[in-house]
Amino acid sequence: MRKLDDIERTQMKSEIPDFRVGDTVDVSVSIVETVEVKKGKTEEKERIQIFNGTVIARRGSGSRETFTVRRIVAGEGVERVFPLHSPKVKGIKVRRMGRVRRAKLYYLRDRSGKATRVTEKIWDKTRAGATEPPAPETQG
Amino acid sequence: MVKLLIGRKLGMTQLFTEAGTVIPVTVLEVGPCPVVQVRDAVKDGYRAVQIGFGVRKEKRTSKPQQGHFRKAGVEPCRVLREAPVAGEELPKPGERITVGQVFAEGGKVDVTATTKGQGFQGTVKRHHFGRGPVTHGSKNTREPGSTGQHTWPGRVYKGKRMPGHMGAVRRTVKNLTVVKIEAEQHRLFLKGAVPGPTGAIVCVQHAKTARVMKKS
Repeated sequence: MRKLDDIERTQMKSEIPDFRVGDTVDVSVSIVETVEVKKGKTEEKERIQIFNGTVIARRGSGSRETFTVRRIVAGEGVERVFPLHSPKVKGIKVRRMGRVRRAKLYYLRDRSGKATRVTEKIWDKTRAGATEPPAPETQG
Repeated sequence: MVKLLIGRKLGMTQLFTEAGTVIPVTVLEVGPCPVVQVRDAVKDGYRAVQIGFGVRKEKRTSKPQQGHFRKAGVEPCRVLREAPVAGEELPKPGERITVGQVFAEGGKVDVTATTKGQGFQGTVKRHHFGRGPVTHGSKNTREPGSTGQHTWPGRVYKGKRMPGHMGAVRRTVKNLTVVKIEAEQHRLFLKGAVPGPTGAIVCVQHAKTARVMKKS
């Protein structure tokens, strides 16, 4: 297995922000659009879209790790699964830390309105960058 | 150059493309394969080479085999296979052939190996038979059902698919794309799955039936 680990390491990003299940995050996703510059002439343009929501799961290991972000759009629950090391995921910013007691927050799917809120954690000494309470907003 | 090399399956993982799509890949450690014997048209009636892979202890090698390896000036190998040769020139005994010499990125290959043994299996798993009802007093959930007709023909036809031993047979997966080659590490990245467990000995050769792209 060790040899495959070496291969996976080449696929992985060197820096991944410390984010956990229950956190509210901003995920920067790159989107390539085909735009019509002139008549009949198209150009590919890359732009960054931000997907904001609660991390409800992290799964997999190595370069195959993914995380699931859930948010409510126009009253409808939307979940997106991002490969953590995908070049399309440009950045992850932790907006709020959450206090949760399980690894997968699938129970949020059955809830709506105020019940979907996750208790905020003000300070976490186990987190990177958190030296003294109260911690400033964690940077992504 | 030879058209076949021997390797070992390292396992499966995935690679990201620049566009962000994921390619499922099987990683193989292929070669370097020393040439142990050369078979030419004059002496043997056909052209091929015998290549080896892996290490075998000298004391685990039989005396006749030790002599066979010594003749080529090669350390004893774990496995020996015959590889067809393309082109005019035949490699010399003792020459070590590496992945980069035989395969190219973007090419197609066939991979032959022994599949994972599944033991004695029923018809549902072994032949993809449908299953019977689970409830309402059903007693034929995973049973094979009828195996034939009546007094005529009065026997079960040969080849009737039945429960039995599954897996651990030699299989070839054809036309896998070579996604990447790491020549220094002797690694070959193929898109898709390859028979056998991690660590299995596999034979990789140029695809026999790959469709050649038409030049436009």
